[in-house]
Amino acid sequence: MKIGVILSISKTHLLSRKKQTIIAALGVTFGIGAYIIMMSFMTGLNGLLDGLVLNRTPHIHLYNEIVPSEIQPLDYVADFKDDVKIIHSIKPKQSQNRIHNALALMSYLEEQDEVRGVTPMVKAQGYYMAGSTKLNGSIMGVNVMQEAEFYNLSDYIVAGTAEALEMNENGILIGNGVAQKLSIGLNDYVQISTMSGDVYPLKIVGLYQSGMAEVDDIQSYVNIKTAQRLMGESIEYITDINVKLYDMNLAPQLAKDMEKMHSLTAVDIQTANAQFETGTAIRNLISYAVSITLLIVAGFGIYNILNMLIYEKMNDIAILKATGFSGLDVQRIFISQALIIGFVGGLLGLLLGYGVSYLISQAPFETEALPTIKTMPVNFETSFYVIGIIFAMISTFFAGYFPARKAQKIDPVEIIRGQ
Amino acid sequence: MAKILEARNINKYFRKPVEFHVLKDISMSVEEGEFVSIMGKSGCGKSTLLYILSTMDSDYDGELLIKDRPLMDLDQDQLARIRNEDIGFVFQFHYLLAEFSVLENVMLPAKKLGLKSYAEIEHDAMEKLKLLGIQDQALKMSSRISGGQKQRVAIARALINNPSIIMGDEPTGNLDTKNANNVFNIFQELAHDQGLSLLIVTHDDDFAQRTDRIITMEDGLIIS
Repeated sequence: MKIGVILSISKTHLLSRKKQTIIAALGVTFGIGAYIIMMSFMTGLNGLLDGLVLNRTPHIHLYNEIVPSEIQPLDYVADFKDDVKIIHSIKPKQSQNRIHNALALMSYLEEQDEVRGVTPMVKAQGYYMAGSTKLNGSIMGVNVMQEAEFYNLSDYIVAGTAEALEMNENGILIGNGVAQKLSIGLNDYVQISTMSGDVYPLKIVGLYQSGMAEVDDIQSYVNIKTAQRLMGESIEYITDINVKLYDMNLAPQLAKDMEKMHSLTAVDIQTANAQFETGTAIRNLISYAVSITLLIVAGFGIYNILNMLIYEKMNDIAILKATGFSGLDVQRIFISQALIIGFVGGLLGLLLGYGVSYLISQAPFETEALPTIKTMPVNFETSFYVIGIIFAMISTFFAGYFPARKAQKIDPVEIIRGQ
Repeated sequence: MAKILEARNINKYFRKPVEFHVLKDISMSVEEGEFVSIMGKSGCGKSTLLYILSTMDSDYDGELLIKDRPLMDLDQDQLARIRNEDIGFVFQFHYLLAEFSVLENVMLPAKKLGLKSYAEIEHDAMEKLKLLGIQDQALKMSSRISGGQKQRVAIARALINNPSIIMGDEPTGNLDTKNANNVFNIFQELAHDQGLSLLIVTHDDDFAQRTDRIITMEDGLIIS
């Protein structure tokens, strides 16, 4: 009953000054709308950029690095323990590229709780033969379906399919750049010359484009067995193990542990792509800063309008107080006006934000990097809309709170005597 | 007869710009059904006294009782409640809310009190307007009626919660003789027919002469 009275007074105040109410609400509408648009578009873009690199990068990459031994024979001699030793021309120790006992290691990693998937890889060097010329090539032997599942391989295939490669042991998924240089296309054959000099013809079952020229110009994918055959190695021959985790943030710690435990080199995704995290964080920060600024401006608008309203309504406030409305009631009348403006303006803002975001998401956007994407990336996440309306309510509450406090403190005697 | 309003040894100081003793040891009372007027020159403190008696000004020394209930220790919200329930106000200026209809203006204090349903309040408000002869204006916006009518609406608003006392600060000060007479007659009827107490501050000698009792003030003292 009581709140009904207060609301009916606020409603009358708002409706009797339609123009100002609409202007105040529009301030909030544009603030919230801009927030939604910025966040949707920014995070959509972030997702796209992250996907560009982060999605196709393993969280932990395990391999055998060929480096000189940390501990040289001289270090074992106790006599020179505290001396400064200078050794010239250190060479790395002769060792194999393959990961020792890789299959057992993979099944061990699979069993870890944090691990979502483990994929093997055989990196083979070779040449693409084009008549008499040879093009440098890097051929990755992978488990195709796993690669598609964990690292979105399918998103980068511009012709053919991942399944076609999976089913053809003599097939190859070749980089678009290589294909152009060789002037070959889907279903053609390409000759691969291995390091040992053998030549294998492989059928092109697909073309892929990562968007990074240095990759597309040399890299191609084959089935892991094909790669092993090219290298003349057994099924045990695996050069790299890629690990995908459930929680990316655990990668640095786990990488360290794995490195120690299996005497391999382990590189985590954060180390490999530090700049992306930073970029994302900063873009988010900018979006929030701009949105908050817009809302503060809208808030000042509401503050101003309510302040003026209170000066205009001095007599009304005085008589309300004289006839038994408490200071708190009067305060509520003005705060509720601010909140109504905030709520209506905020809702319209959500609609505006959604509408414009939708339009943006329909705008054409072609990028070399992501051949499967045709329109602007927009993130329609519900949480932006929830935060948006809460934000609108909070900022208008404060914009209304201070004028309302002023109204609460008005002494009716002063007003009535002043007439 | 029961005392509706009683003030004992009220003292009031204005502290700004210089300390000034406005009300000096004022004691007075109003009984049920009594029509009392307060007269005095400008600046004698009669309005100040009225605002203290009306509970709107709580910055004073002394005792104030409405229907034998002491008010000195109540907080602002409780005082607001008392004004809502027991006191009706009529000022020199009508103080109607311009954006509301006449009927809504009259209903507002009752809605705040919240004891009756909307339909009952509406019915009561119409009754009060009828009593004052302006029921035909009920649905007009309050800014669209004449000055005399506005003052009658203000009286209807003061009556809506069936208060124990009506206080007026020069309620006829802005009205022409005819309308002033009207208002006086309404007050007299309320006092004599409905047993309502009235305490009216006025400059108008004719008005005061026709009331039951005149309290005359001078320099912060009651002299008669």
